[in-house]
Amino acid sequence: MINLSAVLLAFDWGFLLQKLILIIIIVSVSLVVAMYETYLERKVAAWMQDRIGPNRAGPFGILQPIADGGKLFFKEEIIPNTSNKTLFVLGPGLAMLAALMTCAVIPWSSHLQFGDTTVQLQIADVNIGILYIFGVVSLGVYGIMIGGWASNNKFSLMAALRGASQAISYELAMGISLIALLFITGSLSMRTIVEEQMKNGIWNVVYQPLGFLIFLVCAFAECNRTPFDLPEAESELNMGYHQEYSSMKLGFYLFAEYINMFISSAVMATLFFGGYDVPFLDESTLAPNVAAIIGLIAFMIKIGFFIFLFMWVRWTIPRFRYDQLMNLGWKKLLPLALVNMLVTAAVMLWLHK
Amino acid sequence: MQLINALLQANTTAVATATGTAADYFPIGIQLLFAIGFVAVMIGGSHLLGPKRRTADKLENFTSGIESHGTARQPMAIKYFLVAILFVLFDVEVIFFYPYAVNFRDLGWQGFGEVLLFVSFFLIGFIYIIKKGALIWED
Repeated sequence: MINLSAVLLAFDWGFLLQKLILIIIIVSVSLVVAMYETYLERKVAAWMQDRIGPNRAGPFGILQPIADGGKLFFKEEIIPNTSNKTLFVLGPGLAMLAALMTCAVIPWSSHLQFGDTTVQLQIADVNIGILYIFGVVSLGVYGIMIGGWASNNKFSLMAALRGASQAISYELAMGISLIALLFITGSLSMRTIVEEQMKNGIWNVVYQPLGFLIFLVCAFAECNRTPFDLPEAESELNMGYHQEYSSMKLGFYLFAEYINMFISSAVMATLFFGGYDVPFLDESTLAPNVAAIIGLIAFMIKIGFFIFLFMWVRWTIPRFRYDQLMNLGWKKLLPLALVNMLVTAAVMLWLHK
Repeated sequence: MQLINALLQANTTAVATATGTAADYFPIGIQLLFAIGFVAVMIGGSHLLGPKRRTADKLENFTSGIESHGTARQPMAIKYFLVAILFVLFDVEVIFFYPYAVNFRDLGWQGFGEVLLFVSFFLIGFIYIIKKGALIWED
């Protein structure tokens, strides 16, 4: 027992508290951003289609997401008689869990200085950050697949199969397009990748324009966004893999999609657009706290641009047909990503030796 | 006890930057617990708070108003399973590129030649599945 208390005293409780606060802030921010993405999506759609959009709840309708969230939360929960009850509840839970876990390795900004303590604005600086994100994003497929299968509805099953095979097909090209990026950065840690871009002053997108494009297309497919929203094709499959769901479980599926959108915007900004780097500004001349806040704002602006891009594309490009989707993923993006990888490797070796 | 000890000791050595040890993953564990708690509370909360007026019609599967014929527990198109198998095959090959990508500057042209060989194996497999028609979706 004495041994245990000694260990507990030696344990860095401040570190635990710091991380816990950071986790709560980041998770709540991603939830709030996801909520307001739904509002933004409707406003952007309205703007593009020359309408007004939601404007009843609060000034300019800014309370609309809260009303929607509240409505979902208090609705009756329906579990169909023929469904597998446990898996039916597990499906949306897994989808949400995977969405909430991805933000762990993203560096939001440099670091804050409170007296002697330095607070890194990143939950975990893991040296295989990119692989971690890949791993957790892949788990999102289970949420779709389990939910669709457990509903015991032919439409849901069909949509879930589509969604799963689409997500895994585009993961291949995504993985290879990132390898070309790794040739340049030489590290899998998200923070190292950002710091290298800050040091060089040139963002990775300059070296890897094709790699970025492939990554962007795959990110759209992974998030099930138009033009790749076949799992939710209303005209063919009623509502998609979540058509038997109601109440907060439906809300989780919808929220997970919007959180994934936010996180993939953050990943794209980090990997290809310098993360929290502000162009033409030398952060080392500023006080660390000021630099951190400016960096955070810059990062959020970049994320906001990508979120807008997601919506812009959604209201511009119609949905693919399923065979077109698979052909694009397997027969075009995959070879293109391979060629990009080999050319990058050859050019890098040629320039260095 | 052994495990807790190891975990706590690993954590005390954790500094603000990446150390490359298991201690880096400690905050991810906290986040996992937090996320599980959040999901459970939300699902449980909406289960308790929502109205419950169940009727036989309401609990039936929704098939756009027509009566449902049988359940979804029946064979589906084999194509989807084929894609899943192919994904596993090719993804394992992609995983092998990652260690190469991290060490590629040290390996130089010799490593590049070997990867070229590996990519050609990859491509042979890829051409084979295309020739076999595994990726044809229209009948």
